[in-house]
Amino acid sequence: MEHYNMNLNLKVWRQKNSKTKGEFKMYRVENISSEMSFLEMFDVLNERLIEEGDDPIAFDHDCREGICGMCSMYIDGKPHGPWQGNTTCQLHMRAFKDGDTIVVEPWRANSFPVIKDLVVDRTAFDRIIQAGGYISVNTGNAVDGNALPINKNMADASFAAAMCIGCGACVAACKNSSAMLFLSAKVSHLALLPQGEPERKSRVLDMVAQMDKEGFGSCTNTGACEATCPKEISISYIAKLNNEYLCAGLTTE
Amino acid sequence: MTWKQMFTSSVGKKLIMGFTGLFLILFLIVHVSLNAFIWANDGGVMFNQGAHFMGSTVVPRILEIGLFLGIILHIVQGYMLESQNRKARGKVKYAVSYGNKGSKWYSRSMALLGTIILLFLIVHISHFWLPNRSHQGFLLGEEINLYQTMKEVFSNIWVVLVYVLSCISLGYHLAHGFQSAFRTLGVHNKKYNTMLTSIGYCFSIVISLAFALMPISFYLGWIQ
Repeated sequence: MEHYNMNLNLKVWRQKNSKTKGEFKMYRVENISSEMSFLEMFDVLNERLIEEGDDPIAFDHDCREGICGMCSMYIDGKPHGPWQGNTTCQLHMRAFKDGDTIVVEPWRANSFPVIKDLVVDRTAFDRIIQAGGYISVNTGNAVDGNALPINKNMADASFAAAMCIGCGACVAACKNSSAMLFLSAKVSHLALLPQGEPERKSRVLDMVAQMDKEGFGSCTNTGACEATCPKEISISYIAKLNNEYLCAGLTTE
Repeated sequence: MTWKQMFTSSVGKKLIMGFTGLFLILFLIVHVSLNAFIWANDGGVMFNQGAHFMGSTVVPRILEIGLFLGIILHIVQGYMLESQNRKARGKVKYAVSYGNKGSKWYSRSMALLGTIILLFLIVHISHFWLPNRSHQGFLLGEEINLYQTMKEVFSNIWVVLVYVLSCISLGYHLAHGFQSAFRTLGVHNKKYNTMLTSIGYCFSIVISLAFALMPISFYLGWIQ
């Protein structure tokens, strides 16, 4: 693909902290390479803001290779920007053309309060994981490889669920701010494996209870989460979660 | 886990919506089948017999109580969920909305479509159910000619338009609700989900078209 440079207008959400009201600010960035990542473009802008004595724009990032789940920008009406199955850090500037105006907002959900600018507090996800996203194993000698036979299809389905990086794009995309795609991936990934069997029932009940405590909405199966998920987690895992919940709810005391 | 805990969590509330939704879908099948008697075009003889059976036999009357409970539960739970979901979204809205890129408009508008259906139900019940039931057996004596009532009500173009618009709302509500109910109740096999989605689309088109054709048939004089 041909390399080109572009000038862009950025409309970015600026907010000092969770207590203050935020607002959009316009920024002009020039000579942006089409081979830069979206975050590198922000780095260029922040360098300039620092040189000019302004407050740089705060945004989350870590691995910058699409596997950690830290980056979290809502770009032009879609979490992680216009590309499919992609994180913000892997979004490249060739997705845009010269003269474009790009609107960048933080995740919007009551359970994800804005900490500063584009950074939101996603520790609610950590607490949901803590509520049941584990298995019990006896410590001691390492178990022989392949001692537990696992159906290949089940292992694949479990791995597809385990792809979830917990970025929160599903919550950001959902009109109800529901965390069900995230939760269903975490529950299914363990429920599909024999290692997850001992806590199978308590896991789903405890994690749903924690999700409710955190104030996320209910799932209405609109499919916006599936359409935006950078790891393309299927919405059928939500139905799987409902199934797990129903069975556990009916059979526990 | 107690029953209360089970059905008051966010997933549990949706289970109630799914169960009542499927129950109401069963009711629609009964309703549309019985009403289809008007197309026998026999001056309402068969239709009035059906109406008499439904009003004067004990089993349908008991089921009717269940139906009202189901409708009320579906409506109340639906509004409670909608208000909770709106609260979860927070005060600040996105400047650019995700819109139809990620989901269908009617899947995001179930509460609005449901409200139109609720308003329609009030009009519909006062048109037919109230005058009919109040004359059946225990209240005001002589049973009314329900077929004749339909004919009179549907001679007004505005009433016909309200009915047709409500049927369209019902169609879209079902187009999402049918398959969503099964997902909510835990059907996660993609083979079945694909099949149920297709059946749901066919069902919502057939049901809403059949219902909409009833006032139209009377208004245009297709049946006498």
